[in-house]
Amino acid sequence: MYAFNYQRPKTVRQAAGLLAKAGGDGKLLAGGQTLLPTMKQRLASPAMLIDLNQVDGMGGIELKGRNLHIGAMTKHADVANSHIVKTAIPGLAALAEGIGDPAVRNRGTIGGSIANNDPAADYPAACLGLGATIVTNKRKIPADEFFTGMFDTALEDGEIITKVIFPVPQKAAYEKFPNPASRYAMVGVFVGKKGSDVRVAVTGAGANGVFRLPEFEAALKTRFNAKSLDGLSVPADGLNGDIHASPDYRAHLIGVMAKRAVNKALGK
Amino acid sequence: MASVTMTVNGKTVTATIDPRTLLSSFLREHLRLTGTHVGCDTSQCGACVVHVDGRAIKSCTALAVSLDGAHVTTIEGLASDGHLHPMQEAFREHHGLQCGFCTPGMIMSAVDIVNRKGAMLDEHTIREELEGNICRCTGYHNIVKAVAAGAQAMAATKVAAE
Ligand SMILES: Cc1cc2nc3c(=O)[nH]c(=O)nc-3n(C[C@H](O)[C@H](O)[C@H](O)COP(=O)(O)OP(=O)(O)OC[C@H]3O[C@@H](n4cnc5c(N)ncnc54)[C@H](O)[C@@H]3O)c2cc1C
Ligand code: FES
Ligand code: FES
Repeated sequence: MYAFNYQRPKTVRQAAGLLAKAGGDGKLLAGGQTLLPTMKQRLASPAMLIDLNQVDGMGGIELKGRNLHIGAMTKHADVANSHIVKTAIPGLAALAEGIGDPAVRNRGTIGGSIANNDPAADYPAACLGLGATIVTNKRKIPADEFFTGMFDTALEDGEIITKVIFPVPQKAAYEKFPNPASRYAMVGVFVGKKGSDVRVAVTGAGANGVFRLPEFEAALKTRFNAKSLDGLSVPADGLNGDIHASPDYRAHLIGVMAKRAVNKALGK
Repeated sequence: MASVTMTVNGKTVTATIDPRTLLSSFLREHLRLTGTHVGCDTSQCGACVVHVDGRAIKSCTALAVSLDGAHVTTIEGLASDGHLHPMQEAFREHHGLQCGFCTPGMIMSAVDIVNRKGAMLDEHTIREELEGNICRCTGYHNIVKAVAAGAQAMAATKVAAE
C-alpha cells in the first residue's frame, strides 16, 4: 500500500471539502472491504484517504411513509438483521444476508457497494429492481441513471452518497447463483412489483454491469407468475464470459434465477 | 503519522502509527499479539478474524487508525484465569485443528456465531456461517463438530455462572 494522508471528517460537508481539496487524488473510505484490498494491490493509490466512519448522519434505517431510507454507511449485517427492513422489504434483507461472509458483512456498507458498482455486486440489482433513488450531498439520482457501466456510476468528482431510498414494493425477491469460491454473483436477478410496475434487474452477467430485462418485465406485468417467463430467453451477446461461466450459460442462468425470484416473491 | 487509542483485550493502548497500518499488523507487530494470523492478506481466509466492538471482522482489511476508540478482542483475550474459553476447549477436545494456522480465526468466528445465533447450531448453519474462514488441513469435519460442541459448552458455562 502506498502512503496517504489520512483524514477523519465529522460531517458530510467537511468530507466534501477535503475531497475538493484533494483535487481528484482523494478517496472516500467506507467499510474498506473493496478499497483496502485494491490499495494493497496498488491498483488504487489515493494521496488522501477520507474516512467516513465518524461522519454524523450517514447511518440509520428508517421507514418514511412508503419509502425505506437506508444511510450510506449502513453495514450489510445491519440491513440483514434490521426488523424494519425485514418487515418492509424482506427480499432486501435477504440479499444483504447473502453478501460475502459474516466478517465482510460486519464492515461493508451499502454506499460503498453502490459507489463501487462491481459488475457482480448484489446491491446494484436491488437498487435497479426496486427503482431506488440514490441521494448524494448534491442531488438525487434515480437508479436507472446511476449505474453507467462496469465500476462506473453517475457520481461526479466530489460527490458523496448519503443515503439510498427504496420505494416499498408489494412483492420483491432476489435469487443469486453465487460463484462457489468468491460468493459474488455469477448471476443474480432481483424482481420487484409495485402496483402495475414490474422490474427485473440482473447482476453478475452483463459486460457493462447491472441491467434490466424489459421483455421479462412486460411478461410479468401481464401476469406475475413464473410461468409467464416460459419460452422467454436472453441473448448471450453482451454477457460476461470467463473461466467460471460462458455467456451462454449465464444467459440460461438468468432465466432460471428470474423464475426462482418470482416464485420466492410469491412466497412459493 | 497518526495517533490511535483503542482497548485491546481490556487494556487501553495508545500509539503513533503510519496510517497505512492494518489492524492485523498493529496487533501483531506493535502489540506483539501474534495469535492473530495473517493467511492471505487479501480478505479471503479469515485467519485474521478478531472482534471489534463485539463483531467479527477481518483485521487485515481494516486500518488501525480508523478504529480509534474501539474495543478489540483477539484470541489472546478469550481464556481467563488460566482456563481455556469453552470454544477453545472444544477445538482441543474434538481435534478441530491440525497445523493450527486457521484456528485463531476459526475460534473468533465461532464465538461470534454463537453470540449471534445462540447455542443450538445445526451443521448447515455452522458451515454457512464459516463461509469466510478457510482451513487447508482438516477438511472442516472436526471444526464443525467442535463449533457445535463449543456452542453448547458456552451456553452451559453461562448458565453455571448465573
Ligand atoms: C471476501 C469478500 C467477499 C465479498 N462478497 C461480496 C458479494 O458476494 N456481493 C457483493 O455485492 N459484494 C461483495 N463484497 C464486496 C463488499 O460488499 C464491499 O463491502 C462493498 O463492495 C464495498 O463497500 P465498502 O463499504 O467496503 O466500501 P469501500 O471499500 O470503503 O469503498 C469502495 C468504493 O466506494 C467509494 N465510496 C464508499 N462510500 C462512498 C460514499 N458514501 N459515497 C461515494 N463513494 C463512496 C470508495 O471511495 C471506494 O472507491 C465482498 C468483499 C470481500 C472482501
Ligand atoms: S489474512 Fe485476513 S482474511 Fe486472510
Ligand atoms: S488446521 Fe491447518 S489451516 Fe486449518
